[in-house]
Amino acid sequence: MVEELLFFMEVLVGGLLAGTMYSLVALGFVLIFKASATFNFSQGAMVFFSVLAFCGFMQDFNIPFVLAFILAALLMVVVGLCTERFVLRPLMNASEDTVLMATIGLGYVLEGLAQAAWGVEVRRLDLGIGDFPVPWIADNLKLFISALDITAGLVAAIMIIGLFLLFKYTKIGLGLRAVADDAGAASSIGIPLKHIMLLVWSAAGVVALVAGCMWGARAGVQFALVDLALKALPVLIIGGFSSIPGAIIGGLIIGAVEKVLEVYIGPFFGGAIEGWAPYVLAIFFLLYRPEGLFGEKIIRRV
Amino acid sequence: MMKPVFMTYTKKDLINLAVCMVLSVLVIPTFITTEYWYTSILIPWLCLALATIGQQIVMGYTGQLALGAAGFMAAGAFAMFNLILRVPDLGFVGSLIVSGLIAAAFGILFGLPSLKVRGIYLMVATLASQFFIIWMIDKFGWFKNYDSSGIITAQDIVILGKPFTTPLAMYFVCLAVTTVLTLLAMNMARGSTGRNWMAVRDMDIAAESMGVSLLRTKVQAFAISAFYCGVAGALFAFCYLKSLEPVAFDIKLSFKILFMCILGGLGTINGAFIGAAFILLFPVLLNAIGNNVFHGAIDATIISSIEQVIFGGLMIIFMIYEPLGMAKLWENIKQKWKTKIPSSTNLKSFGKKT
Repeated sequence: MVEELLFFMEVLVGGLLAGTMYSLVALGFVLIFKASATFNFSQGAMVFFSVLAFCGFMQDFNIPFVLAFILAALLMVVVGLCTERFVLRPLMNASEDTVLMATIGLGYVLEGLAQAAWGVEVRRLDLGIGDFPVPWIADNLKLFISALDITAGLVAAIMIIGLFLLFKYTKIGLGLRAVADDAGAASSIGIPLKHIMLLVWSAAGVVALVAGCMWGARAGVQFALVDLALKALPVLIIGGFSSIPGAIIGGLIIGAVEKVLEVYIGPFFGGAIEGWAPYVLAIFFLLYRPEGLFGEKIIRRV
Repeated sequence: MMKPVFMTYTKKDLINLAVCMVLSVLVIPTFITTEYWYTSILIPWLCLALATIGQQIVMGYTGQLALGAAGFMAAGAFAMFNLILRVPDLGFVGSLIVSGLIAAAFGILFGLPSLKVRGIYLMVATLASQFFIIWMIDKFGWFKNYDSSGIITAQDIVILGKPFTTPLAMYFVCLAVTTVLTLLAMNMARGSTGRNWMAVRDMDIAAESMGVSLLRTKVQAFAISAFYCGVAGALFAFCYLKSLEPVAFDIKLSFKILFMCILGGLGTINGAFIGAAFILLFPVLLNAIGNNVFHGAIDATIISSIEQVIFGGLMIIFMIYEPLGMAKLWENIKQKWKTKIPSSTNLKSFGKKT
């Protein structure tokens, strides 16, 4: 009995921590949606692009770890700059579905560029954090929890707190919130829309880089990251598109539910149900609470 | 309940149809003799164009952002395999129709969330269908007739006792199915069915207040769309791939069909054909350039990456400058041509009911 309970705890905690990885991807999504009401479908591609660039800098040019990270972050700022200038600004007055489709195109461009520049083979990314159970926890609590999972959880927590403080207490955050509320009114009182957009896209790029490092250390830096990042979409639906805590809670729910289902129900169906379980869960949420747990109620004007 | 209205064809339509038929039935088989063109370009073009029409119906005409065309194609393809295997009396055409209907049932099931949500929310809901259908086929051996290798060879096409196994014969099978379904789609799009779809697309609340049933219209659009995708998937597997494996119908194919639909032109039937042709032929062209101009100096993976960049770039450019895609571009060119040279036929038809 105790062992079963321990096993369940292990599955649950593992799922929750793995869920923070989805949260990290979803976070970039929320940042952009909050500031510009744009569904950035290319967030997954940004994850892939940034971490492949990071690996490329480190492995092809032998640039040290920290410098490579900074370079990759700068590259994401450049991507944000180009996106703002060449995609978002011309589509300022387009409908949200049009912008969404343009970001699908942007995702394709980023994936293609990354592969053209750094090749298609799977790269190993070593962060110096092993993906194996932490001995101390295994000995004392009898739970096998990977060090990488714990790191991902910590990194996610730090980023959330940082972003929360940024949004709540700084002038930039105030500007961001103003733009999110009403872009037209915000620009009429002198908030530079261009800079805000650039800032948000760069921040989303850096978040993508961090998420990519976590994913890359676990599964290798490869194209499949884009598909994994798609799972951020059900996370967003559960948490709400415009809520940072929502992204976290949504990620935790998805991570926990898919692991528990996979371990306890999966074997009856030949496994691999975690491929679709998050999406079906998202459908149930859509039917009962379309705005997500923390989202604002969707009001459409006729 | 309104009775569906069918439109009569105008003279222009009949001329267009005649030209297309002459081109596809007489000109192409006489002038194209290499098998490569049939097996690698014409057959997949027709199949994917058919699937793109399905995507058009739900996305272009009804305005519902769906991203699961490949899932329905897989449902159609595997339904076809099982029908031919287990119900041989049905024949090829019968199996094709029934497999389309099975795909349509999935379409109804996964289209139901569209009643509640729209935009990216719906996209996520339709992604569920994509992943779920592929997983189901993959995990339940019955669908694959307990074949352990994972790749099943498709049965030969036999219609009325005659085998259709040469590339040319398969081309004609695809052509016949595509022609019938395209005409049907055009008619639906122009008739009351399509009017309802477009009313829902343009403003669902206004449409509802005018007596268009949202439930009926949306579910109908999803069902018909999935039917088209299912038939297309069956043809795709039996005439083009000649094998069945769930991996062939992954999310990448769904994205490809989405691109065909958007680049070709949302809300147009001919856009489906233009878009499918473009997405299929462009990589062929790029590879030809890579091989002939640079003599293979550029790696094939780089070429495919460049192709991806160009598709994505085009998507952005079209969204900015011409959200209605290549079909609209073509329309604009025709319009310019007409205003430059005002022909007498143009003046005569002025004021006439068309």
